[in-house]
Amino acid sequence: MKERELVIVGGGPAGMAAALAARAAGVEDVLLLERDQHLGGILNQCIHPGFGLHHFKEELTGPEYADRFVRLVKEDPAIEVSLRSFVVKLTGDRQLSFLRPGALEEVKARAVILATGCRERTREMIAIPGSRPAGVYPAGLAQKMVNMEGWIPGKEAVIVGSGDIGLIMARRMALEGVSVKAVVEIQKTSRGLVRNVVQCLEDYGIPLYFQHRISRIHGRDRVEKVDVVRVDDEFRDIPGSGFEISCDTVLVSVGLIPENELLEMAGAEMDKKTNTPASAEVNQTSLPGIFACGNAFKVYDLADSVTRDSELAGRAAAKYLGRL
Amino acid sequence: MKRIMTCIECPQGCRLEIDADGSRVISVSGNKCKRGDKYARQEVQAPLRTLTTSVLTRGLELRMLPVRTSKPIPKGKLLEAMDAVKRLVVTSPVKAGSVVAENFLGLGADLVACRPLNKI
Repeated sequence: MKERELVIVGGGPAGMAAALAARAAGVEDVLLLERDQHLGGILNQCIHPGFGLHHFKEELTGPEYADRFVRLVKEDPAIEVSLRSFVVKLTGDRQLSFLRPGALEEVKARAVILATGCRERTREMIAIPGSRPAGVYPAGLAQKMVNMEGWIPGKEAVIVGSGDIGLIMARRMALEGVSVKAVVEIQKTSRGLVRNVVQCLEDYGIPLYFQHRISRIHGRDRVEKVDVVRVDDEFRDIPGSGFEISCDTVLVSVGLIPENELLEMAGAEMDKKTNTPASAEVNQTSLPGIFACGNAFKVYDLADSVTRDSELAGRAAAKYLGRL
Repeated sequence: MKRIMTCIECPQGCRLEIDADGSRVISVSGNKCKRGDKYARQEVQAPLRTLTTSVLTRGLELRMLPVRTSKPIPKGKLLEAMDAVKRLVVTSPVKAGSVVAENFLGLGADLVACRPLNKI
């Protein structure tokens, strides 16, 4: 089995920042594994501006922010990038198995950084009753469809959840000519940034309903309408407050869950509630030589913060490897 | 006349208080940096937004190329700009920053690529 000094799983903002920081701290051999055909991770579909204000002191779109790091990674001959490479196994003593087109590879790493990001919570996880018609999408999936594939998911949309992804998709859909009828938020305030409420909803006249929830999705083959009801401070429905919104699309933006199957498989101690490594210190796991960074360690609001903390992970790995 | 608005220049989202006489700004307060002052004055006179969207490609690595206007354009022109974007197809390889459409809609801003894309 091939030995590598440092193997990083995930080529998004976290993995790239960790790789570059590890190199800067003296690590001489980095293997960066990315399952997609490009580096950049979720930044590739985040085509809106708002990235880089802290790290680069200028406002960039997601792909531009990614490109700055991709160039540095590609310029460095000591970072081997393996694309279309999906890690299927990690052991506590840092043996990795990954699939790439035509091969199953096995490597033994002296240190591992997991930068595997998040996936979206779904309709099922917040239990919206009703039928199961076509037209209900996680907002981030819809973002990928619209921004990267050029598919517009519907004509009239209602968005569940006012986190940043929901807000940004409301604007994106409105720009693409979709009638965005409402953003429905069960809490009293938005979990997203105020600037996104302003520039994504107010700019386009999209109503935001706080303390409301979707109580039912209707439709046989395709979404036809949703029932909306007002809730009190204990999230109980307020009788008589219900109304309907006709729509053919529902985007669900109800949070992210760190994707940490590999860490779990390796036997790390996990916080079951958040699906993150149980750790008092940033980027650490209970397993020696295995680190986690970016959204896999905790869900961040800003990519710039992911970069900052993931650089620490790169340095921590270098220190573990005796380079610092 | 007092106006309250939220600055959208950065994630802090400062709450701005603007004292204005029509579109003439007398004073801005509540901003934690000078960008807030600039934003408030521009927003009162003529709101501007940077348009980001993606353009269809043919023969390149990805189906869509993310693009942005090289500088903010009038907010009222966004939908018109989107209609024009839908008529574009990018067929040549680009780098981040390559101009896809010069002086887009005559607004004085170029439409530029946000990432590199090579031929398939």
